[in-house]
Amino acid sequence: MTAPLLSVRDLRVSFPRRDGGRINVVDGLSFDLGRERLGIVGESGSGKSMTGRAILRLVRPPGRVEASRLAFEGEDLTTLSERRMRALRGARISMVMQDPRYSLNPVMTVGRQIAEALRVHTPLGRAATRARVLQMLQDVRINDPERVAAMYPHEVSGGMGQRIMIAMMLIPRPSLLIADEPTSALDVSVQAQVLGLMDSLVRGNGMGLILISHDLDLVARYCDRILVMNAGRVVETCEARRLGEATHPYTRGLLAAVPRMRETRAELPTLDRRAWEGT
Amino acid sequence: MTAIALRGLNIAYAGTPVVRDVTLDVAEGESFALVGESGSGKSTVLKAITGLAPEWTGSIEVLGRPAAHHPDRKLARVVQMVFQDPYGSLHPRKTVDAVLTEALAIHGIGDRDARVEAVLRDVGLDRRFRFRYPHQLSGGQRQRVAIARALVLEPRILLLDEPTSALDVSVQAEILNLLKRLRAEHRLTYLLVTHNLPVVSFMCDRVAIMNRGRVVEIAPAAALHDGEFQDSYSRQLYAASGGNSPMESAGR
Ligand SMILES: Nc1ncnc2c1ncn2[C@@H]1O[C@H](COP(=O)(O)OP(=O)(O)OP(=O)(O)O)[C@@H](O)[C@H]1O
Ligand SMILES: Nc1ncnc2c1ncn2[C@@H]1O[C@H](COP(=O)(O)OP(=O)(O)OP(=O)(O)O)[C@@H](O)[C@H]1O
Ligand SMILES: [Mg+2]
Ligand SMILES: [Mg+2]
Repeated sequence: MTAPLLSVRDLRVSFPRRDGGRINVVDGLSFDLGRERLGIVGESGSGKSMTGRAILRLVRPPGRVEASRLAFEGEDLTTLSERRMRALRGARISMVMQDPRYSLNPVMTVGRQIAEALRVHTPLGRAATRARVLQMLQDVRINDPERVAAMYPHEVSGGMGQRIMIAMMLIPRPSLLIADEPTSALDVSVQAQVLGLMDSLVRGNGMGLILISHDLDLVARYCDRILVMNAGRVVETCEARRLGEATHPYTRGLLAAVPRMRETRAELPTLDRRAWEGT
Repeated sequence: MTAIALRGLNIAYAGTPVVRDVTLDVAEGESFALVGESGSGKSTVLKAITGLAPEWTGSIEVLGRPAAHHPDRKLARVVQMVFQDPYGSLHPRKTVDAVLTEALAIHGIGDRDARVEAVLRDVGLDRRFRFRYPHQLSGGQRQRVAIARALVLEPRILLLDEPTSALDVSVQAEILNLLKRLRAEHRLTYLLVTHNLPVVSFMCDRVAIMNRGRVVEIAPAAALHDGEFQDSYSRQLYAASGGNSPMESAGR
């Protein structure tokens, strides 16, 4: 067997508590990722985003990351210099952040930001760069790429912001994409097209994908495997298409809480989450 | 009484028209959804109502009064908006407590400590979160703070822009149940933007479907049960959301 793309063992992310101790918001997470699609679902505050940030070493102090192993394409990420890490981010591992419009630079046009992301990885001439940027925007189903490329982040709609962020992260053709709620503001048909694009990169270019989402249907459809997280730990792993048959009470609870198209329930069932909510 | 009346509403940004000729009425106590294509102008309609997208023509009336072309504090007491990006609507250097307390202070509302505590409990955030800054919260926790900030002023109308799209399904269920209960108890009016049709089915009485800046159809939410839409774009949206799949009716 070849080495996995990403290997994570006993990952912990902790923050100081007021009483002077520390609390683990990611608490001993382990998984391997090949050139496949891994979904992460779970309660708000269960540590999904922190897991993504920890892999990229983007957890800011006083947060602290520890792991017995954190290796990407055989390289140990825990000991890599900050300079090497910067070169890796955005080029070989990209992350689509949960708040796209606030992860973009507010004073630079959308087109220039995507061009920068490309330039770092593949320096091309001006015309070629521009052509690639416009093509990329079209690939994420932005209808009028020329107009949108000239816009500033505050001028784009929520769903456009998400797609711009995805374009920016995909344009350097990373080997691993971590996408944190990448399509939560998109309607189903655009969502399907954008996920289809990521999917083709997984199949065609051998990219690995970690898809963090609260949308159970979506991860069931677009992933191969799913980790269900709760309070920093994995409570269940299953094959994506078997999510409907998940057995853990927490996973069952999540499934029951989804509203339906022909909804007749006056109230949605909820989970008793007092015991879980992280820090 | 009509809570929100929009007549021939056109909205532009720097001269570029974005929303065209929107006419709709939301009755007091009604829960009304706005759905449609990304970029079709849904958030823009909400922003115009609150004076944040000032370039509009036509008419906007809120509880019988004409709305202004700028944000208006008197209006803010009765109409609150939950923005699509929770990060952007929270001040990065203010704790959750400061955000909520200040909102109450600006409007001269007393009994602040108890109100802040109660509203945080309502959105499912316990005491630990009260003195945190936005960057110390997860995405869903931030979104709940944004919802709490709107609720704490006890407005009569809530404009909700994708209020639960960043939330996991269990927290979404809690927030939706809470919004439903508050509406029943206080006869609140909701204008809710979402791309999630099942959420509309659970929460709303009627739905307007937008496409390219126009409202193409207004239908009862019950149309989601049988797919009885007139407009071709509406039918397309319904089908893409899995509306016609028999699996859906079985509730997966
Ligand atoms: N700077 C910080 N100090 C203390 N706790 C923090 C800090 N940043 C995040 N946390 C906590 O860490 C926990 C995990 O956060 P994370 O963002 O990973 O959640 P998540 O699973 O992505 O949730 P969501 O679905 O709401 O986005 C949360 O309970 C959050 O409040
Ligand atoms: N401040 C602005 N300046 C210029 N154009 C803007 C501005 N804000 C929004 N727009 C444009 O107006 C159009 C409608 O945007 P709006 O945010 O209302 O869409 P939306 O229906 O809410 O979409 P989404 O579902 O993606 O959030 C988009 O083409 C957007 O680029
Ligand atoms: Mg998150
Ligand atoms: Mg919007």
